[in-house]
Amino acid sequence: MPAVTTEQVESRVVEVLASFGPDADQITRDSTFEELDIDSLDLVELAQIVEDEYGVVLKGEDMKELKTVGDATDLIVSRADA
Amino acid sequence: MPKRRVVITGIGAVTPLGVGARPLHERWASGVVGIADGAGTCAEFDPSEHLSVKEVRRLDRFAQFALAAAGEALTQAGWGEEIPYDPLRVGCVIATGIGGQNTVEAQLDVLREKGPKMVSPLGIPMYMPNAGAAAVSMKYGLQGQTYGVVSACSGGANAIGSALRMIQYGDADAAVAGGSESTLTDFAFACFRAMQALSPTGVSRPFDARRDGFVMGEGAGVLVLEEAEAARARGARMLGEVAGYGATADAYHLTAPEPSGGPAARAIELALADAGLDAGEIDYVNAHGTSTQLNDAAETAALKRALGDAQAKRIPISSTKSTIGHLLGAAGAVEAVATVETLRTRIIPPTLGYEVPDPELDLDYVPGEARPLILTNGHPPSAISNSFAFGGHNVTLVIRGAES
Repeated sequence: MPAVTTEQVESRVVEVLASFGPDADQITRDSTFEELDIDSLDLVELAQIVEDEYGVVLKGEDMKELKTVGDATDLIVSRADA
Repeated sequence: MPKRRVVITGIGAVTPLGVGARPLHERWASGVVGIADGAGTCAEFDPSEHLSVKEVRRLDRFAQFALAAAGEALTQAGWGEEIPYDPLRVGCVIATGIGGQNTVEAQLDVLREKGPKMVSPLGIPMYMPNAGAAAVSMKYGLQGQTYGVVSACSGGANAIGSALRMIQYGDADAAVAGGSESTLTDFAFACFRAMQALSPTGVSRPFDARRDGFVMGEGAGVLVLEEAEAARARGARMLGEVAGYGATADAYHLTAPEPSGGPAARAIELALADAGLDAGEIDYVNAHGTSTQLNDAAETAALKRALGDAQAKRIPISSTKSTIGHLLGAAGAVEAVATVETLRTRIIPPTLGYEVPDPELDLDYVPGEARPLILTNGHPPSAISNSFAFGGHNVTLVIRGAES
């Protein structure tokens, strides 16, 4: 698996989240899932996509700690590099 | 405790004739058939016109129909951002025959192609049969009794009956009730075809001698029901009244109706008694009329038993399934919507495709063209709407038109 950049992952995360409902241009690195109306069901779907595309497994306890788009991006990048 | 009266203040529909309660009745009355290639598809329904991105993504097509129809009905009822009742006293009952069949099939594909870990967390909330009721309750903040009803092709009528009862007996002051269905998949067609229930010719012609099975359709119908005094007090426009409800079961056969029509007749009698009406006060029957040999014969027998031969022959009878096919769990609700419009406009749409009388079926099935509804006694007109189902469920609603 080639190393991924934070920019690549963040742009993919934003794209996926936008498909769940919020407008892409309102999603920033600092956006919280709460303000984007992204709930636990959405995050499970995000985790499935992440696992499929980056081979990174995000479990329920990982997801509970995530509050912002940046949190999710950083976690995925750190696991992908590991 | 005397029963409270329950009025209809809003109606909505998504059907193969278009989006809206008016197009349903107007197009049917003008002779349009919404069936093509053996199915009644809601081709005009674009979910993005009615729902947010999130709603579209999280709702199976059947629940999308329910939400769109509820939106139309609630807009007509004049319910704005603020519900005009205590939300805890507003119920929501939406039936379906099958539930989220499209979702089940899509997620089965995921399971087989990508394995269990990739099955969507939205699978269950999208295919559960109560998804329509849940979606409507959540969107509009309805916090009273909320559930789905499951009784196959009688579901929509059972939902309206259940909502009627909760208002009649004071458990709720208002309710949103209806039915919704979307099962036009290869799998569902194969299942119904295997039962020999579907028309091999793809033509819905209820009561006609050549009828050879039903044509499956999809869609939803939703009504807003309110306790009559409360509706009057808030100045609501009343479209009609759900005056009576009766339900029985055949306890006879998995799919075939009890041929004498006895239990079905009893449902009609119970609904008339609930409404305080006799057969002589009924101006129209919206038949279940599926276009199967067995249903149309048993329904004719039931109408004669319940209404008496003379009244059964006097009252015009037509089947909405002649224009949109059989909407399964949505049928009873969509047909109730069509009946409300029939009573409001005083125009009885015909049983389309009915040309060759069956010598055994000798009632007035309104062949050919729409005709004016003639009032029997100067009062607001009243109608019966029948729904019967696989499993032997018989449901009759009595709907009364508004004072003109």
